[in-house]
Amino acid sequence: MIMNDFKAREFDVIVVGGGGSGLRAAHTLSQSGLKVAVVSKVFPLRSHTVSAQGGINAALGNYGDDQWQWHMYDTVVGSDFLGDQDAIELMCKEAPETIIELEHMGLPFSRNEDGTIYQRSFGGQTLNFGQEVAHRTCCAQDRTGHALLHTLYQQNVAVATNFLNEWFAIDLVVDANGSVAGVSAIEMATGEIVFLKATATVLATGGGGQIFQSNTNAHICTGDGMAMVFRQNIGLQDMEMWQFHPTGLLGSGILISEGTRGEGGYLLNSNGERFMCDYAPHLKDLSCRDVVARCSMTEIREGRGCGPDKDHVLLKLSHLDPEVFIEKLPGITQIAMTYVGVDPRKDPIPVVPTCHYSMGGIPCNYHGQVLTVDHDGKDRKVPGLFAIGECANVSVHGANRLGANSLLDLVVLGRACGRYLQENIQSFTAVNPSHSDIERAFSRCKNLKKPSQGIDAVKLRKEMKKIMQEDFGVFREHASMEKGLKRLEVLRTMSKKITIRDQSAIFNTEMFNALELQNLIEVAYATAIAAFSRQESRGAHSRVDYPDRDDKKWLKHSIANADGTIQKRSVSKQTKFTAPIETALREH
Amino acid sequence: MINNYTLSIYRYNPETDKKPRMQSLEVDSSEVKGIMLLDLLKAAKDHDPTITFRFSCGAGICGSDGMNINGRNGLACMTQLKTLGDKIILRPLPGMPVIRDLLVDMNLFYRQYHSIKPYLQAEPPKDGKEHKQSISQRRQLDGLYECILCACCSTACPSWWWNPDKFVGPAGLLWACRFIVDSRDMKESERLEDLEGLYRLYRCRGIMNCASVCPKGLNPSAAIASVRERMLKKALGKQSYDEANQ
Ligand SMILES: Cc1cc2nc3c(=O)[nH]c(=O)nc-3n(C[C@H](O)[C@H](O)[C@H](O)COP(=O)(O)OP(=O)(O)OC[C@H]3O[C@@H](n4cnc5c(N)ncnc54)[C@H](O)[C@@H]3O)c2cc1C
Ligand code: SF4
Ligand code: SF4
Ligand code: FES
Repeated sequence: MIMNDFKAREFDVIVVGGGGSGLRAAHTLSQSGLKVAVVSKVFPLRSHTVSAQGGINAALGNYGDDQWQWHMYDTVVGSDFLGDQDAIELMCKEAPETIIELEHMGLPFSRNEDGTIYQRSFGGQTLNFGQEVAHRTCCAQDRTGHALLHTLYQQNVAVATNFLNEWFAIDLVVDANGSVAGVSAIEMATGEIVFLKATATVLATGGGGQIFQSNTNAHICTGDGMAMVFRQNIGLQDMEMWQFHPTGLLGSGILISEGTRGEGGYLLNSNGERFMCDYAPHLKDLSCRDVVARCSMTEIREGRGCGPDKDHVLLKLSHLDPEVFIEKLPGITQIAMTYVGVDPRKDPIPVVPTCHYSMGGIPCNYHGQVLTVDHDGKDRKVPGLFAIGECANVSVHGANRLGANSLLDLVVLGRACGRYLQENIQSFTAVNPSHSDIERAFSRCKNLKKPSQGIDAVKLRKEMKKIMQEDFGVFREHASMEKGLKRLEVLRTMSKKITIRDQSAIFNTEMFNALELQNLIEVAYATAIAAFSRQESRGAHSRVDYPDRDDKKWLKHSIANADGTIQKRSVSKQTKFTAPIETALREH
Repeated sequence: MINNYTLSIYRYNPETDKKPRMQSLEVDSSEVKGIMLLDLLKAAKDHDPTITFRFSCGAGICGSDGMNINGRNGLACMTQLKTLGDKIILRPLPGMPVIRDLLVDMNLFYRQYHSIKPYLQAEPPKDGKEHKQSISQRRQLDGLYECILCACCSTACPSWWWNPDKFVGPAGLLWACRFIVDSRDMKESERLEDLEGLYRLYRCRGIMNCASVCPKGLNPSAAIASVRERMLKKALGKQSYDEANQ
């Protein structure tokens, strides 16, 4: 494989990622006449957004009064007050028009009798600041992500967006002043290495749930964008905040949508008890995900788990109207039958809390501009670099994301970033990196090709996943995290010496998997140091040794740096259109 | 309980191989973490990382891992091992240029999909709200919009093998149908016209291979029939209109 010389291609903007967020930004950018390329390691329709099931929130009010301020309240409370209210306000306020825009683009939403968009209930969604359960989640049956991704792709076809499909981005190209000039990339089918130069680089690379043994994420969710940023000594924000979804399928981890509970399903323990009624009498099975996941884990830990190994709980749906399975949950019905041989119309589905979503990520503002924290605690923008979607931390989800708020995040903030660039890119100065700046960005790839480094990727991957699962799962505690972190430090060093056997230039999946594993280990490391340092329980971060929330010390974002240090950053309450929501206790 | 799985996999790397070959592989069942063919392939790849195929979601929704499994097209992640017998033979999707092993060049397939203008063409309502679509109008899209573009159908279609550059193929035609029947779309007539001619739609011979392999249980053949019916009606309508005007 030849890897000595790279070619270069130049664009105004490159969007790395063809999932929901990348495609939403690209649609705006392509229409603006800028020279744009979407770079994706898979054909865009294979991106993980396609797996989203349950829906997308917006206070459309198709069932009587609903207001974006109520949606905002739920989002802030759900975030356990770690969400930035400037960004949450924007997301909830712009939600209705963004959903209508998606409908106009062709998204095949499910409908009500009167022809309006159908909206189901979802966890943590209430009316009137915490009162009754709301119907706010717009959906296309239980295939909303598929419908959304296909629609956005189709609209990009309509505006002739330029795609570099099956191109793998390796690293950021950064000049001596820390300005970002694009990415180093490989065309996967040919092995050709190319410097993709751009005035603005938008990372839309999705989540990294593959750091855990058991997760709902696709194989390609390897945190590439987060790791690319981390390697440039730009800290990652709130990386301890991983969402465990209460209903991952036992064994495979495939997701069973929260929409099942939104349509009236509920969880049972081995005594046949509907345990959520005891833990959270108000919202019950529609409490926030962090709450439900902890309750399920508590049932399992206290011996009330189901099955011979007492290792899961049951999701009961058989009492629902048979029509619901056909009209609203056909995908879930098919998944349960195919992957565990259970017909949910008759029998309950075995489920277990499973790693699902990364609230943490690349710190940025609501234009997508990536931020670092100065020594004096001030925000500083990274020239030329933007982030959107699950890899970004704006932060609209804080310490716990509400179901159906991620797809919303993709489209609102994807669009906002596209618009910002459209209006402001003229004032950006072009960056001209030196030859060695560019070479550096290809170095990981070259190192993998060196023989006799000796580290086996398969073993490394398995050990990392095991550590994360055991020491950084739903419940965390000082001693086990300390042990896990020590070992991760060793794995991190080892990951730089992975050897690959495949020397071919043509679609070398072993090489891409190795690059992804290196990324995963960086993400795992950032998670571990952040989790170890946050000495409180907030949202998804639940410490047995610090069971309470500590607003005095920790109503702060954590910033995990590649050198192992942790900084803090303030949480924004800078709302423009409504009063900020004051910190209060939350049902745990 | 099987102790070992015996796999025979199509291998071809144009960089090093003069021609394709079938490679036999044994995988210990204790290494297979799950009940699906994809789980077996992942275990095989842990042993021989050069085996090349696409996969991602593992849940039958991203459409990456279409392949020919014991002579039949399907998704590895949706195929239960217990349905496959003792010997499993894996080949790339038929009729597609092979990039490497089980990984094929999908460009022509995507181009045919793009050729039907796969996007809603509609005028947004004046009140700035959503288009109103009744439950029964929306139901017309079921069985169509769920397509994951895995190409299992088109690559099982003899008409597609012969004319992949001219015949839209079952997947693309299914999508054409999805937009034609959408109560919001305003280009039915143009869409139907675009499918006229000997090749784009009429190469379909109703062989039904497409419907029998679709892993999502969709029926492209029925979709094609319903488009054909609309084309006929349109032609007849036009004819009677022309006659009336003579
Ligand atoms: C099973 C499941 C169900 C879900 N259901 C819902 C739901 O109902 N509602 C909701 O709101 N949220 C849901 N979520 C969350 C939501 O789907 C995701 O957070 C969201 O889709 C992420 O979108 P994205 O655009 O950030 O990235 P993705 O869709 O993950 O796309 C990432 C893109 O980046 C590209 N990429 C990554 N690395 C590289 C690289 N190195 N080089 C080149 N390209 C690269 C990939 O090719 C891909 O195109 C669900 C998540 C899961 C796992
Ligand atoms: S119709 Fe079925 S087989 Fe054909 S591409 Fe779509 S999902 Fe695949
Ligand atoms: S019914 Fe038509 S499209 Fe389907 S396999 Fe037969 S010829 Fe091909
Ligand atoms: S891996 Fe996604 S469809 Fe099989």
